[in-house]
Formats: sequence, C-alpha cells, structure tokens
Amino acid sequence: MNYKRPKADVVIIGLGWSGSTMAEELTRAGLKVVAIERGAWRDTSTSFPTTRDPDELSGSVRKEILQAPVTETYTVRNKVGQTALPMRKYHNLTLGNNVGGAGTHWAGASWRWLPFDHQPYSHVMQRYGAGQLVDGLILQDWGVTYDDLEPFYDRFEKIAGTSGTAGVVNGQRQPGGNPFEGSRTAPYPTPALERSRANVLFAEAATRLGYHPFPVPSAMIGAPYKNALGLNLAPCTYCGYCQLYGCGNWSKSSPNICILPVLMQRPNFTVVTECEVIRINTTPDRKMATGVTFVDSDGNIGEQPADIVITATFTLDNTRLLLLSGISTPYDVASGQGVVGRAFTFQTLSWGFMFFENEYLNPFMNTGALATQIDDFNGDNFDHTGLGFIGGAGIQSLSNQGLPIGMAGLLPQGSPQWGKGWKQAFQKGYQNYAQIQGQGTSFAHREQFLDLDPTYKDRFGQPLLRITFDYNENDRRSGRFIRDKCVEIAREMGATQVGGDSFADRPYSGYTPWDSSHVQGGVVMGEDPRTSVQNRYQQNWDIPNLFVLGASSFPNNAGYNPTVAVGATTLWTATAIKDLYLKNPGPLVRL
Amino acid sequence: MKRRDVIKGGLVLMATSTLASIYKPAYSKTYVGGSGAWRATPPPPLSVVDGSRLVYLTADEARLVGAIFDVLIPADELGMGATEAGCVTFLDHQLAGPYGTAAKDYKLGPVVEGLPQQGPQSIMTPAEIYRKGLAEFEQAVHAKFDKSFTDLSEEQKIAFLKSIESGAIAFDTLKSDQFFVLLLQNVREGYLADPMYGGNRDMVGWKLVGFPGAIYDYRDWIVSKRGKKIDIHPISLLGRA
Repeated sequence: MNYKRPKADVVIIGLGWSGSTMAEELTRAGLKVVAIERGAWRDTSTSFPTTRDPDELSGSVRKEILQAPVTETYTVRNKVGQTALPMRKYHNLTLGNNVGGAGTHWAGASWRWLPFDHQPYSHVMQRYGAGQLVDGLILQDWGVTYDDLEPFYDRFEKIAGTSGTAGVVNGQRQPGGNPFEGSRTAPYPTPALERSRANVLFAEAATRLGYHPFPVPSAMIGAPYKNALGLNLAPCTYCGYCQLYGCGNWSKSSPNICILPVLMQRPNFTVVTECEVIRINTTPDRKMATGVTFVDSDGNIGEQPADIVITATFTLDNTRLLLLSGISTPYDVASGQGVVGRAFTFQTLSWGFMFFENEYLNPFMNTGALATQIDDFNGDNFDHTGLGFIGGAGIQSLSNQGLPIGMAGLLPQGSPQWGKGWKQAFQKGYQNYAQIQGQGTSFAHREQFLDLDPTYKDRFGQPLLRITFDYNENDRRSGRFIRDKCVEIAREMGATQVGGDSFADRPYSGYTPWDSSHVQGGVVMGEDPRTSVQNRYQQNWDIPNLFVLGASSFPNNAGYNPTVAVGATTLWTATAIKDLYLKNPGPLVRL
Repeated sequence: MKRRDVIKGGLVLMATSTLASIYKPAYSKTYVGGSGAWRATPPPPLSVVDGSRLVYLTADEARLVGAIFDVLIPADELGMGATEAGCVTFLDHQLAGPYGTAAKDYKLGPVVEGLPQQGPQSIMTPAEIYRKGLAEFEQAVHAKFDKSFTDLSEEQKIAFLKSIESGAIAFDTLKSDQFFVLLLQNVREGYLADPMYGGNRDMVGWKLVGFPGAIYDYRDWIVSKRGKKIDIHPISLLGRA
C-alpha cells in the first residue's frame, strides 16, 4: 500500500553524524524536520549497556552492529574492462545500521584537516607546479577553506567533546600538540587521554628521531564535560570495546549521546526509522526537489514531500541515490565528462608491525583512537621536491586492539598458527605486539569512479553501486615512502622483529585486513560545475533545494579520519541554509 | 479506574496497534520529538548455551570436529584442549544460528568466481560447508590411511592437517585449504569468546594470554600499570567462572 506523509519543511535522509547535526541546527531555527533512517532506533542506555557490550564475538567478530551486505552491498573491480563482483560478506566499509549511523560504532579519531587538504590544487601549483602530478591525477580545491571552516570545526568539537592537546592556538605554538595543525581559536574541549605503553615508546622514539609526536584528538571524552547542547558526557574508561561497539558509558562522542537526546525534545523533529529512501523526487524539469520516496519496514511505499531535501547517508550511498534519481550528470570515464561518481578516493595505508621481547603492553587497556602521531610527513608538511608524489600520511602508534580473537593470529614471524607452538607464541605475542599505522592521503584519478552496476541489484531490484578503483602511481610512491618511515620508527622503539607493508603495492581489495573504511568523493563540492556536483555550500548546482552532506563532498582524502571534517562542513552548510538560503531561496553561488 | 475499564482500555490499545500495523506500518517506528516515547526496545537477555545435546552437528561430526580441534588447540601445561574447553559445543550452536546460515551475506546472483581481491563469491553457508567439508575431510583420511581421523596417531593427525592447511591434499569438491582456515578461525573463536557461547571453559583462553575479559574500566591502571604485569582473575559476562 502506498501512502504520503504530511509535507515537511526539510527532509533529511540518514540520521548519522551529518544528518543529526543538520537536524539540530534546522529544528533550532524553527523548521519542521523529518529524518528518514534505514536503521532501527537505538538509545544509549537501553541498547548498549556496559553489562552486555563487552563481547568480542558479537562485536568485532560477527559485527552485529553493522549494516549487513544482505541489506545492501557494493560491487568492486580494479579497472574498466573487468567484471565487478559484489562484496558478499562483511567487508571493510563499516556502515551503521541504526539511528546514529556509523557514528555509533566508530573508532573516534577526531581530526581537523590541514589547510592544505581543503585547497590542495592551489598549494601544489604554487609550491611545485603541475609537473608534480602523476598522469591522470585529479586535484581541485573545495571552494571552502580551512579559515572558512574554523568556527565550524570549533563548534563541532564542542558538540562532540573532543579530547586532545592543541598544537596551535591563535597562531601560537602550544607545547605537546601538533605543530603542523591549522590555527585554532580554542583548545580542545577536553584534555587528551592517558597514553598506552606502546604510545609512550613511539613518542620517545619519534622525539629521538627529531619528529614531533602528539596525542591524536579523540571522540573518547577526556574529562566530564557538558557539551554545546547541554548534554553531559563522561570520561573514557579505556575498556577496549570501542570500534564496532556502542558506548554505554556516555564517553564516546556519537549522535546518540551528543545530539539525539536534545532533538527528541523538539516537537518539530520526527524520525521515521527502518525506512529506506529509494529516490529523491524532482519536478519534471528537474529544477527543484519535491521530496523523497521510501520503502518502509513492511514493504509499503511511502512519500515524504518537503521544501528542502538533504541527503546525509553513507558516502557511497549519496552517490548512488543521485544516480538512481537521475540528478546531475553521471561521470563518463571514456570522455572524462560528467560529475556524479567522479573524484572518488580511498585511503593509502602503510604499516609497521613489530614484536618486542619482554614487554607488558597490556593491549586490552585501549580505546578506538588511543594513538600518538607525528604529522611531519602528512599533507604538504615536508618538501616533496624530487619525490614524485604529493601528500603523505599521519604516522601513528595505534592502541586500538587488545581483544583475543582478533589477536590470535598476530604472532612473531615463524611461529606456528596452531598446536602447542601456537599457544606458546600467542601467550608471548599478545603482550609484545605493537603496530604503527601510516594513514595516508588519497587523491582522485581519472580512472577511479562510481557508477551503477549493470548486473547486481539490491533487495528492491535497484542496481547496486559499482566501485572502480585501484591505487594510482601517486598512492604507490607515497605508500612506500611512508612504510619506510613506519619501519624506521619501529626499529627505534626497540622492537626485535619489525615488518613493513604498503597496501598500495597490491591491487585494491575491500577485504584487506587492517585497511581503512574511509571512502570519499562522488558528489564533490567545488568551484566549477564541470568538475563538481555542488557548490561551496554543498548545494547542488542544478537543484538549489538539494544539499548532499558527508565525505562524498570531498574531492581528496587527507592523511586523517574524516568525521570531524564532515561535521564542520555540515555546520557550514547549515549556517548557509539558515542565514542565506531561507531568506532568498535559490542558488547561493551564481557564476 | 475500575478493573473493567482497564480491560476495555487494553483491548482498545491492542485493536489500535493491530490496525496501525496493517494500514500505517511506518508509523509504529516513527519517533516524534517531545512525545517522550523514545526508548529503544531492550536487546534480548543474554543466556548460556545448553551444551547437553547437539543442535546442528551429528554425533559423528561432533566427534570428528573434536578430534581436529584438539590438534589445533591441544591440552598441555598451558591449559585444557579445545574439546574440553567446549569448542565443539560452541561451533554446534554457532552453526545452528545466524552465523551458520550466513544470514547477513549478500546471496543474489549471478554467482561468478572472481579475482582473489574481489573476495569470496560462494554462497554456501558455514553450516553447509561443515556438513560437506567434514564428509570430504573424512573421505580424504580414508583414502590415505584406510581408517578414520579419530584413529590416527597424534603425529599422523598433525601431518594430515598440515597437508590440508597447505592444500597438498585436496577434497572432492571443496577447497581443503579454505576449509582449514574456517576450522582454525572457529576453534579460536570457541577458545577465546565469552564462555556463555559454550567454549572458553573456566576462561582458559583468556587466562592463557592474561586477558581480563568483560572489564569495563581501566582508569586506575592505564598509568599505574603501564608496562607492568597485571595479575587479575578474568570476568565473563554472565559470571561463569
């Protein structure tokens, strides 16, 4: 049976970090907002009690908190000409399956991106010239700068309660922080977490090598904190059940603890759960969006009309929804023309893996983002002349892993994987294993893109999204460079066994262990409608009442995690809607 | 309120919710701000699996799995072996549940074998793989030794499993090395998951490595025990020692 809901001022598709952040802004401005969420309702105290959450099997191993491939998946191939095949089992892209989205189970690294990351084209052209770019690389500015976004980075941190040690405040260097970060107007809302043993060894080694270690800013709250919306957050307890778990301690920032309790007090806010939007509706001339069509949990088709449509789904699903709705021009790899699905990026990971002899690293005392990092080789913080690539990585000692099933295969080289020898090796390896992650930049390439799969369909018969991606030469060169830095630091830490790896040296796979879940682009913001889907306010160039939020707007990936950049750009767009669009509905950028 | 009114009220409520589920289904999962009704449905209570009877494996399959598991994780001075620790019970219950049926996998066709980096394309479930894999495993043992795996010497068992691990001994239809990966993953899960799932008896797997289990607060130790040995009796979710 089909039905139509009463018209809303705004419909928001997806109630994760960007959707709930936007909903809070717009309901506070008095608008009637309806959010439509594919996952189920969850509230922190009921759904994630500390009396049942510490369970590795249901959490990290069976991944019960994630959206399952049976609900929707992606097809993948490395290049044009290959047949893309579906990722049938849980893969590395960790989508949320509940109100709060991936923001409920995320690891919590909470970065502002570098000024460079928002204007990579200008920076590279000014410092090196076009000769620095490998063939086919796509590099473009966002149309919004770090300075534009700084107040919104600050606001989002104060919603999230981000913990950390500031490196630069009002242009002044601060001891212990990241000397390379963009200047902040305020320190972090809560202090940095205590360090793990592995973090300390890393910081000492990095300092000896002349680098500049600092605590990674984190969603794990550093001290009791009342956030910008008046909600009380609690300090992190280092329980180690973090990534792929909700936090019943109220100590990992998430939409569920930082925003939803406020939203649910507002009569002008409604969330319709367990309903999947299948299409954005437009006027016949495709000049305006009129609302969305969704399938509800009983298979009925519902329609939600609205004056403004805001898409805030998972990065890849934003692209898919535009393609399914016939909005804006799809990218065509043959001609290089078109914009939807273009400028898709991943992340270039490199690692140093190490074993010590007689350590007690106590890996179970951790959080999802308990890490100490150097940014000496991130972004454009070092001279790339003669290196043949741009970008780099944040290099970090990451203490996010101490649960035994996940560590059962992490053994010193040459150890048996089963039998009596395994028990001995595991007993020793568990306390002596550490890792250094190089979380690298990724720049778009002409041959990396998203489109609709010609063969595989979802449970409603709609085409799955197809990913065509392999690492490009820039990734391979930067990956090896960063791998060697990871290994150098691991040796300096005193490890007796050190191994290095650069994932970009192998074909891309959605199943590589320890790989990133960060994908960006496909619906990018920019300065030119020929190379972007939306303008600097994340407003569609063709349809002024359509805004698409999230990392799908970013034409490049930084050597960081994306969430706080997503939060800042969402708040930037919310302010543009409130201060500019509502007063004069129409395109906010006229060419 | 009189008892009759309560009953009548209850009937009205029931009737309303039935109608709602027929005509306006999405409304039952709609949450409106300011209404106060926004608590989630609590998750079902945790429970300990009942290991007194098999729920998926046959008795013969269970014996064979137990013999394999005890080679993968043997009893020694570091702790009991896999079967005594409950790993067969663990596997039996896992195969009978959503893991066994691969309930979360994308299973629509066409099913086509791809490149290794495109990931597994088979839509066989773990329950199906075990049923077939154990039969083919035992056939391969018979072909080589003319007896059952459970009757082999310890050295023969180890050597045979090494040949399965490397794929040197092939099965009729399944890939023997992939079946080995599944066996090893599941026995480790059983040995190291919370005891409520049937394995990790007496938290033997956690004691092996010094993992404290379901502890939710290390604030006292994150600094004071940094780099130091921690002696603690682990805790499981349902308090089973």
